[in-house]
Amino acid sequence: MSELTLGTPLPAIRVQRTPRVWRVGPLLAVTFLLLVVIAAIVPQLFASSDPLAIVPRDAFHPPSWAHWFGTDQSGRDIFSRVIYGTRQSLFIGLAATAIAMSIAIVLGLLGGLGGARIDRGVGWLLEVLFAFPSLILALLFVAIFGSGIGPLIIATGLGGAPGYARMVRGQVLAVRNAGYIESAKALGHPPLRIIIRQLLPNAMRPLIVTLTMGVGQAIVWASALSFLGLGARPPAPEWGTMLSMGRDFIANAWWLTFFPGLFIVLTTLSTTVAGRYLQQRLEGRLS
Amino acid sequence: MTSASLSNDPSTNLSNPRRERLQQLGRRALWRLAGGVLVLWAVATLTFFALRLMPGDPVLAILGGPSGNPTAETIAEATREYGLDKPLPVQYALYLGRLVQGDLGVSYSQHLPVTRVLAEQSWPTLELTFSSLALAWLLVLALTVLTAGRRRWVGKVASLAETLSAALPHFWLGILLLAVFAFGLRLFPPAGSDGWRTLVLPSFALAIPLAGFIAQVTRESLDLTLDQPFILTARTRGLSDFKVRFKHALRHAVLPGISLSGWAIGALISGAVVTEVIFSRKGLGRQLFQAVQAQDLPLTIGISLVVAAGYVLANILVDLLYLWVDPRQQGSAS
Repeated sequence: MSELTLGTPLPAIRVQRTPRVWRVGPLLAVTFLLLVVIAAIVPQLFASSDPLAIVPRDAFHPPSWAHWFGTDQSGRDIFSRVIYGTRQSLFIGLAATAIAMSIAIVLGLLGGLGGARIDRGVGWLLEVLFAFPSLILALLFVAIFGSGIGPLIIATGLGGAPGYARMVRGQVLAVRNAGYIESAKALGHPPLRIIIRQLLPNAMRPLIVTLTMGVGQAIVWASALSFLGLGARPPAPEWGTMLSMGRDFIANAWWLTFFPGLFIVLTTLSTTVAGRYLQQRLEGRLS
Repeated sequence: MTSASLSNDPSTNLSNPRRERLQQLGRRALWRLAGGVLVLWAVATLTFFALRLMPGDPVLAILGGPSGNPTAETIAEATREYGLDKPLPVQYALYLGRLVQGDLGVSYSQHLPVTRVLAEQSWPTLELTFSSLALAWLLVLALTVLTAGRRRWVGKVASLAETLSAALPHFWLGILLLAVFAFGLRLFPPAGSDGWRTLVLPSFALAIPLAGFIAQVTRESLDLTLDQPFILTARTRGLSDFKVRFKHALRHAVLPGISLSGWAIGALISGAVVTEVIFSRKGLGRQLFQAVQAQDLPLTIGISLVVAAGYVLANILVDLLYLWVDPRQQGSAS
């Protein structure tokens, strides 16, 4: 009992162990995202049946071996519909985030570097855009330009832009007077080069998490619009639309809403986890 | 108001840092309020022209939508009655003139004064928004302050919970809560807007994703803060862990969360649209959704204005709170 020496001696310096949990998390996330991308490109690979084929006598089958996610009110296979819906949701999320970020970088740089007067102007513009909560902005936008994928993407992107712009502006202001910017100036680099090589990368780094989460959020917002009936038209396999249709049967057929929603959650979750991992790698504090 | 009453006070001439700070905050609030009025004007203008660009004749919306099937005379009469025959700039000027007097017009679809509809619908949404925000912050504080910088697995589990809840779309969460707690366990009513019991499920549906979002940011900055030298200083002074966390670390760590809260109000109002539709709650969100679909111009602008005003006010508060919590921001503020 008193043989204390038998225990393995502790190392003098605690060795930084690589955490297994986070390694498994990003791996799962990236795998899922990869599968989602493949499903978006070649849905036939995963789904055997036609997402639009109606089999009325198979209506409301709960999940089974034949129909993994069950069938909906018209007997359509929900698994196939979810798989086929991947393309639209993913595309909407990426495109909307790209639009939002482009607007945000332009506005953020203008505000952060353009001097007091321009900054005030940008601030005011953002304030106006902010005063329309994203879904309301999108709602108005879709009402004017009609429902459909194009307006849906622009509406979602526009709704997200002010948030990113404010963050970019804040980051630009924070980074603007950093030592490396000073030294780049002292070295005589042209302003555009400093903006692209020093300012933007450093200003954007803390935003990577927000941005990757943003793709997921864009998918969520777009689904919300579809859920309200402003996106894809009902028979089309789209996650938000499927959720919206299943809502009427929630009391006795939960699988109609559960699985499309689950895929929205898993996609959002994966983008977040992958983005976080990316940030840790970029910041070199993977410990 | 604050700024005026403070500057009349002779003692402000002496340098009193706290008073000077208050004064600065007051001036900033006034400045922001003036900006807010401009924002509201822009919102009214944008919404007005945006809705007039909408395909479809607003007269048909007045006369009962696509199923109204009115005669030509009725259309002409209604066009004259609502002033829709005048050129657009004149209509805009007239609208703005009435707006300044506080007259928001008559709803096309409900044939009631817009102000009355707003008065009826604002409270349920306000109630929902505030209870959700409060609930979200409660969850955030419970999750982050108590678990940040603890054992590795505690942080991992909490962080997983946050990430997961931030990924939950509120419409899905709302439907699941509805299925489990309203239809399954029958603990809460599935629909309606009377009494606190109807508020529980929608609040959770809105608060959980929001809490996940704020908590992620707060945890990150809390982890960074807990490594700061001043935390070590506080600990060496013999402060309890609880005090260190709540009195020293939290003040630094809540900053990103606070600035997110401003954004959160917008997100909550957006979420309220969906949540009110799902839970069949009375409120501005559902009303707006219906108004946009019915091409109800006065009601849509009215709701947009109220939402914008609420948002502007909330952000002024967040802004001041931010300055108050972090005096370092003062230099760039004014």
